[in-house]
Amino acid sequence: MQVPAKFEYERADSVPHALQLLERYGPEARIVAGGHSLIPMMKLRLAQPEALIDINGLASELGRIAVEGDELAIGALVRHAELLDDVTATDLFPIFRDAERVIADPIVRHRGTVGGSLCQGDPSEDLSAVFAALRATAVIQGPGGTRTVPVRQFHQGPYETAVEPNELLIQLRVPITPGTGSAYEKVERRVGDWPVAAAGAVITVSDGVIAQAGIGLTAVGAEHFCAPEAEQHLIGRAPGEEVFAEAGRIAAEHCEPHSDQRGPADYKRHLAAELTRRALARANRNVPGSATV
Amino acid sequence: MSYGRMHRKEDARFIRGRGNYTDDVRLPGMLYGAILRSPHAHARIVSIDTSAAEAHPKVKAVITGQTLAGLGLAWMPTLSQDTQAVLATDKVRFQGQEVAFAVAEDPYSARDALELIDVEYDPLDAVIDARKAMDPGAPVIRDDLEGRAGNHIFDWEAGDRARTDAIFEQAEVTVAQDMLYPRVHPAPLETCGAVADFDKVTGKLTVWCPTQAPHAHRTLYAMVAGLPEHKIRVISPDIGGGFGGKVGIYPGYVCAIVGSIVTGRPVKWMEDRSENLMSTAFARDYHMRGEIAATRDGKIQAIRVKVLADHGAFNGTAQPTKFPAGFFHVFSGSYDLEAAHCEVTGVYTNKAPGGVAYACSFRVTEAVYLVERMVDVLAAELNIDPAEVRMRNLLKPEQFPYLSPTGWEYDSGDYPKALRLAMDMAGYDKLRAEQADKRARGELMGIGISFFTEAVGAGPRKHMDILGLGMADGAELRVHPTGKAVLRVSCQTQGQGHETTFAQIVGQELGIPADDVEVVHGDTDQTPFGLGTYGSRSTPVSGAATAIVARKVRDRAKIVAAAMLEASPDDLEWADGKWSVVGDPSTGKSMAEIALAAHSNLELPEGVEGHLDAVTVYNPPNLTYPFGAYICVVDVDPGTGQVKVRRFVAVDDCGVRINPMIVEGQIHGGLADGVGMALMQVMAFDEDGNHLGASFMDYLLPTAIECPAWELGETVTPSPTHPIGAKGVGESATVGSPAAVVNAVVDALRPYGVRHADMPLTPANVWRVINGDPFRTDLAIP
Amino acid sequence: MRITVTVNGQPYTREVEPRLLLVHFLRDELGLTGTHWGCDTSNCGVCTVQLDGVPVKSCTVLAVMADGREVTTVEGLERDGELDAVQKGFVECHGLQCGFCTPGMLLTARWLLDRNPDPDEGQIREAISGQLCRCTGYENIVRSIRWAADASHSQEARQ
Repeated sequence: MQVPAKFEYERADSVPHALQLLERYGPEARIVAGGHSLIPMMKLRLAQPEALIDINGLASELGRIAVEGDELAIGALVRHAELLDDVTATDLFPIFRDAERVIADPIVRHRGTVGGSLCQGDPSEDLSAVFAALRATAVIQGPGGTRTVPVRQFHQGPYETAVEPNELLIQLRVPITPGTGSAYEKVERRVGDWPVAAAGAVITVSDGVIAQAGIGLTAVGAEHFCAPEAEQHLIGRAPGEEVFAEAGRIAAEHCEPHSDQRGPADYKRHLAAELTRRALARANRNVPGSATV
Repeated sequence: MSYGRMHRKEDARFIRGRGNYTDDVRLPGMLYGAILRSPHAHARIVSIDTSAAEAHPKVKAVITGQTLAGLGLAWMPTLSQDTQAVLATDKVRFQGQEVAFAVAEDPYSARDALELIDVEYDPLDAVIDARKAMDPGAPVIRDDLEGRAGNHIFDWEAGDRARTDAIFEQAEVTVAQDMLYPRVHPAPLETCGAVADFDKVTGKLTVWCPTQAPHAHRTLYAMVAGLPEHKIRVISPDIGGGFGGKVGIYPGYVCAIVGSIVTGRPVKWMEDRSENLMSTAFARDYHMRGEIAATRDGKIQAIRVKVLADHGAFNGTAQPTKFPAGFFHVFSGSYDLEAAHCEVTGVYTNKAPGGVAYACSFRVTEAVYLVERMVDVLAAELNIDPAEVRMRNLLKPEQFPYLSPTGWEYDSGDYPKALRLAMDMAGYDKLRAEQADKRARGELMGIGISFFTEAVGAGPRKHMDILGLGMADGAELRVHPTGKAVLRVSCQTQGQGHETTFAQIVGQELGIPADDVEVVHGDTDQTPFGLGTYGSRSTPVSGAATAIVARKVRDRAKIVAAAMLEASPDDLEWADGKWSVVGDPSTGKSMAEIALAAHSNLELPEGVEGHLDAVTVYNPPNLTYPFGAYICVVDVDPGTGQVKVRRFVAVDDCGVRINPMIVEGQIHGGLADGVGMALMQVMAFDEDGNHLGASFMDYLLPTAIECPAWELGETVTPSPTHPIGAKGVGESATVGSPAAVVNAVVDALRPYGVRHADMPLTPANVWRVINGDPFRTDLAIP
Repeated sequence: MRITVTVNGQPYTREVEPRLLLVHFLRDELGLTGTHWGCDTSNCGVCTVQLDGVPVKSCTVLAVMADGREVTTVEGLERDGELDAVQKGFVECHGLQCGFCTPGMLLTARWLLDRNPDPDEGQIREAISGQLCRCTGYENIVRSIRWAADASHSQEARQ
């Protein structure tokens, strides 16, 4: 069996302690939580961190899901299974239920964390698209205190995020807007696989027209996992199949998918349109109080 | 009666975590090996520097091709009269090929040592696309073989070319279709591995390894390593699935043995999953062109096939010497044809060697897929329902035994009955009506049929061998004084439940409970010679040997019983599991009573030894021919290309069923395999020869979500040549199901004019097929 | 690094390298070879054990992460000589063939029934969808878990 190379191991007992450890070990240290992205990479020896800083003990600080004012706060250490099981979160944002049911598999979801998924920065990662659609804010803590970064600026390239080597992602904050519906649509080769393509949609309907729209796309080369041109098209229009289809077409135009064994680029571009359309339609259907389109 | 549903004897240990698999074997002083593999598909080895690895404090030895060459072990024979490098000496010929072997005190250090070995390669152009392997100027892969100027391995043909061609010339209708059965891997959940323990004092080598064919391994080790065969003991402990992938001998096994000889300590080597997928036996990789000649009303007259077979860098397939394309002869299918002809050309490519593996190893899977796809192509051409085309052409019960156009004698069958049963179970007419409704609404639903005839139970030793070893299997049976029996067989279970099924056969023949029979297998020091478990041959061959050896014991018991009853053996009859005087059941002697007498001071007739045991070797007079009718129902999402298998009806006829519960389990597993191959499993390679499915993240196997609740039916047509009428079932469903799934998907896509689509039918592939622009599934997606 | 892990109710203290995977800790340090491994990428699930009552893939958990926590392996399912209902179910319904995925399947089945004593077929299939079986086609695993659910109900009814 593949096994990791040697590394130093430290267990953080608080966020400040984790930050101290990051400071002490420098840029060759990595934070580990669920480990389901990092440990396989270490077994393949594609990642060889000198030290792992284990934050699994920080559940009381980083493992909570709560409504705080007009935001839903999700701790970075929340496990996928916990988010899926959290009725408050999934009722407010059905997109979480949709997405979490198709992220990896039930056993992996017991370990994998929300923060870890985002910090891995994989261009095919699901929650990156979900939080981009939701226009969430990432809360990052470093030696100088906390700062916030809009999720749409969190990813700075494949496997690159806004989190500096001496910082820790601690929370995601999702704005709660009344009259909002959301949904996630994913095509995978098999259950548990990474997406061939996936789209998340969040729309707020007010007075019969779309007041706000968020579209998140993953695995299709969408910059920052979002589709601003398509969102713009939706604003001020009445929700409907033709509008959603057009938004899908626009979203697809602005993607830059690459061919791989999950599928050729043209197919992924097609999916960007098709899944955006489907996600928007379902998001619209679950806008509270909406009449079914 | 011992036949029937019975809980498995094996389960008690497995549900408690008390199985004993190869990696569970732990010996005092054991060392651990790891293999360094080639990152290149084709490259000359310039140099290998092992000094840093050897300096690692926990490393005990680093073995390279040079080390082996010094021992005469750098190359080993394959199961197809070719040779394969154990550790590369001159060049590497596929990505993942074995280059060096590090032995250390613990498995983690062995892995660390690999990073310290420095190999310099000089990369060469690789041959990846089998269709270009014989192009002029293609790089020659096997320049180690004398006189090889190209990558051609063999040409082989079967059937009557002239007659077939003549029918095609006159035919009212002909159809042709190119199709690929892509390279797939059996991927048992337990990878391969070995523990080798060479005792310098006694000169005895013991090898624990998950082999489906322990005796064949022992003989080959004797041939390869020059060790005397009686000083080699191969123990195949519990095996975590085999599916053909654990038939062959892999370089790692030889490395573990050499490691133990060199270090004087036991050495364990377990491959990881990537190594398993990159280097051990793949299957299929058949590029086929099928043609059918038929009348306008759908009567099939002839089938013609051309195959290009990609055998990888070393011809490691395990076929009988006479049959380099295995039993591909059965491509004429289950139909009454006038003539058939096929030709198969084998080529080398810069990919892993093999072809041995994955039910069915003898190319029956490819043949069945070809003919069942072709029948659907014909049905589409003629616009006749595919069920109707099959009904018009299936062999009739009175035609058996049936001599096929390629010279094989199908033993028995009632084919129309099986197809009718499957159609009734599926509600075929209703499904077609539902499909019509859905098509009218723009929804895609498909119904696929596959009717297969398998050729299993290899085989008559006159025609069939592996490396010259005839395919007969032995069995030994002893009944102890208290009537409890021990059966020793040469085949080896990988989950098929031999410990239960074979005990039931003995129980049935001797009139004792199956629980009173212990089955010993998987240890060459404890069992008679035989070629092992693959090609669905356990029940057809070892099962027959078991029945026959039990009958020998029963015959001997008759003599003892006669002495006990002071009667002539001629006056005894076997009734209700006892020998008794004809017409007087009160005189009945049970096997336990007879066994005790046989071991006692009872005076036995002249010439009869005491005790109650027997030995036999079973040489099958013919193959057995299980068959079945499968119907698959799929829904396809036209917007995404996603396929959902909604239903799967499988009617199997494997002759007499010893333990129906186990038979059904075998079928379930094979059906899942078929769904996996049809929809997701494939090993593709990019133009540099990089393996694009080298982990379970990319080599996808079906989960419980992709599999429907299987709907099984059965007919029973006993084999007339098998002593208990059984035919074997291990591979039936794997053989029969892929065509049913593909036929269903193609049927769903008929509104787009689709006649064929290659496996695997991933969402991307289906969408491209809908759009008339399919890609090659064996290469990187462009 | 010194760790103490309670496995099947019994605490074990061992000195381990931080990189030691939990699956190897169980198999090699404690000799509990009922937990298998089948891939390197946390896809196959044959290494599944319960960590504080929740199924996890032990090939992707470091042994040091289990320090101070409770692990249940297949060896811990049988209590006082009495098989767990899921173990009985797998025998009754032929839910295993080669036995390699079985320990992991049993531990997930136990977790599922603890959480949802009356799962339907779809819920069972979803629960085991992170674990591969190459032998059974899953059908009899689903039936086995359903059998265990029914057996537990009838046992409760008797009590």
